[in-house]
Amino acid sequence: MRLTLGKINIKGLEFGPSTRVENGVLYVNKDELTSLLKEDNRISSVEVFLARPGESVRIVPVKDVIEPRVKVEGPGNIFPGFLGKVEMVGSGRTHVLKGTAVVTTGKIVGFQEGIIDMTGPGAEYTPFSKTYNVVVKIEPVEGLSQHEHESVVRLAGLKAAAYLGEAGKNITPDEEVTYEVVPLLEAASKYPGLPKVAYVYMLQTQGLLHDTYVYGVDAKHILPTLISPTEVFDGAIVSGNCVSACDKNTTYVHMNNPVIEELFARHGKDINFVGVIITNENVTLADKERSSSYTAKLAEMLGIDAAIISEEGFGNPDADLVMNCRKLEQKGIKTVLITDEYAGRDGSSQSLADTTPEANAVVTAGNANETIVLPKLDTVIGHVEVVNVIAGGFAGSLRPDGSIEVEIQAITGATSEVGFNKLSAKGY
Amino acid sequence: MAKFRVVHYLNQFFGQIGGEEKADTVPLKKDGPVGPGTALNGAFKGEAEVVGTVICGDSYFAENMEEALKQILSMIKEYNPDLVVAGPAFNAGRYGTACGAVAEAVVKNLGIPAVTGMYPENPGVEMYKKSVYIIATADSAIGMRNAIPKMAALGLKLLKKEEIGTPEQEGYIARGIRKNYFAKERGAKRAVDMLIAKIKGENFTTELPMPAFDRVPPNPAIRDLSNATIALVTSGGIVPRGNPDRIESSSASKFGKYSIAGVKDLTGDTFETAHGGYDPVYANQDADRVLPVDVLRELEAEGKIGKLHDYYYATVGNGTSVANAAKFGQAIAADLKAAGVDAVILTST
Repeated sequence: MRLTLGKINIKGLEFGPSTRVENGVLYVNKDELTSLLKEDNRISSVEVFLARPGESVRIVPVKDVIEPRVKVEGPGNIFPGFLGKVEMVGSGRTHVLKGTAVVTTGKIVGFQEGIIDMTGPGAEYTPFSKTYNVVVKIEPVEGLSQHEHESVVRLAGLKAAAYLGEAGKNITPDEEVTYEVVPLLEAASKYPGLPKVAYVYMLQTQGLLHDTYVYGVDAKHILPTLISPTEVFDGAIVSGNCVSACDKNTTYVHMNNPVIEELFARHGKDINFVGVIITNENVTLADKERSSSYTAKLAEMLGIDAAIISEEGFGNPDADLVMNCRKLEQKGIKTVLITDEYAGRDGSSQSLADTTPEANAVVTAGNANETIVLPKLDTVIGHVEVVNVIAGGFAGSLRPDGSIEVEIQAITGATSEVGFNKLSAKGY
Repeated sequence: MAKFRVVHYLNQFFGQIGGEEKADTVPLKKDGPVGPGTALNGAFKGEAEVVGTVICGDSYFAENMEEALKQILSMIKEYNPDLVVAGPAFNAGRYGTACGAVAEAVVKNLGIPAVTGMYPENPGVEMYKKSVYIIATADSAIGMRNAIPKMAALGLKLLKKEEIGTPEQEGYIARGIRKNYFAKERGAKRAVDMLIAKIKGENFTTELPMPAFDRVPPNPAIRDLSNATIALVTSGGIVPRGNPDRIESSSASKFGKYSIAGVKDLTGDTFETAHGGYDPVYANQDADRVLPVDVLRELEAEGKIGKLHDYYYATVGNGTSVANAAKFGQAIAADLKAAGVDAVILTST
């Protein structure tokens, strides 16, 4: 399996009479995009806004962020299982509008949507202050259930990203990276001197608006399984989450999973990166035991020496993280965990809900409870009043002068547990 | 500029009163430095001065802690200090506990900084590391020469209200306070680097040492439920509609106490959830799904339980720090106990 990602660097974003990329600028036909999304009769209104890095713009509540991509060669299309047919993706050629993102907003779906500030102190914490964002504000028809509302906004985001991605189909990329994934037996023998490493990729599946989809399948109904890292780059994993904004993996983050990128970067040099195991984070103890044992068994079958395990969410999934760690370590497989912390606003509380002595190598993405004051910005896209109720906000978060005091929990992508950011925490 | 005023706390041995036979010495004070206080004075390099020393026997302190603390604090206060240094106590258990207790009381009651020093395994460390700075020392007085400059340096920083660095930089025992910072590399790169080091058997430092957990053993079961008053307590965020106390959807800073006297059934019109960590649809339709008032009323009518307590307590467990949760738990338990409740059903989500 061989996938070439052709990256088209986007350096500007404007509305225009046709959707196209010209001299590194993405032009968006607002009406065409709006009517495409309005085809879903569960949507009452669609508005499209542009938000550029450095602008005095706040987007809230942010549900998902998605990167525009398009399949140029090879089977399937991006977001298989949601758009087009369910073909296996991950090979051929895919073009990426690098530096852009689709951001979905509108009436809040759950409690747990986030804030993206394009400038100021909040911008330091979210990766999406650095992207040219096409913001689609989706308002559902009256009487739609929350579950259907979630699904409507999720689909609209995917459709918008695929629509914009098409503009890159015939553009010559600025940069190309080719990822090669060889069959397992071949992979195992390819670098006999190097330690075999896999990635245990935990997907948020607590259910009830905490869901992740693989090829369109709700991942709480899967047994842990193998996926090619290149399939992930083609949008095989999609976020359907309303978990806390700081540590949910938006679809964009799945498509750009940095653990996969960093493992590829060392592949053939320090390690032999043999595969990715996806597993879930279901809520019952039986499910947790089954999934973690199954994950450890797959790791053993792969014959790996070591693994990176990344969590999504916090609290309840801390138990899954700890079980995965313990069961792999007990099989002699060395682990490094990536998580974030809920150590209280003053940082003095214990950070995780579960623990195990085997977890002696942990990377933290920071304490999500730390608070920040976000100054008033000129423009708000969405509904700013929700900051008093979103996770990380509190009564009085929105101050009379328009500034906001929240925990960084409320900032989209702030404490990414796939290690997208540089934020970390130290003990004092 | 006037020198900062420092009071030094010592036990009978370092205070040059005597050994174990003098361990029952009652608190006393001496002007100026005594014993290791001279070295401490020197380590301040003229920026601060040990103006007085308070000495207490280890046994006297251990046996009369409350009284001893009161006496020691009042003697310290007479010197009108800006900083208190206690010990170092090395691995002496009673002395370490006394140093920790004195330092903590100084910070809390006098509102000035305090520094002490102990061997990391001294029992005083676990008791006081969260509330005071404890410089890590060797296990015996051989480590005095090493400990004193670090204690003085940290003391001066506290006096000048300078930013305190990490435990590694300053030499104190980690207090368990987590602070965010921006690292040089993104998390995924740090993870892969750490994994490669771990595979090779090289040194690596975890970014999050695993916490030690506080496990609470459950009480014995109630033998006769038919005479018991049962209360409901939930972390599932069930509140009267409108969330009168505005309990946060995540990282709760409070809990609520609400009357259910005469309430047979929670309905969508009267109760809802404030919890932001789960889909609220089903709890909002019927809050009994999280807080089973309806079932308990039936059991009450059947005589299976004596009585459902007139109040229930609720908070939101989502992202709420363990420190806050423990505080809520203690307050709720005290209230339930005062009301004569025999048992509690805790529901979570």
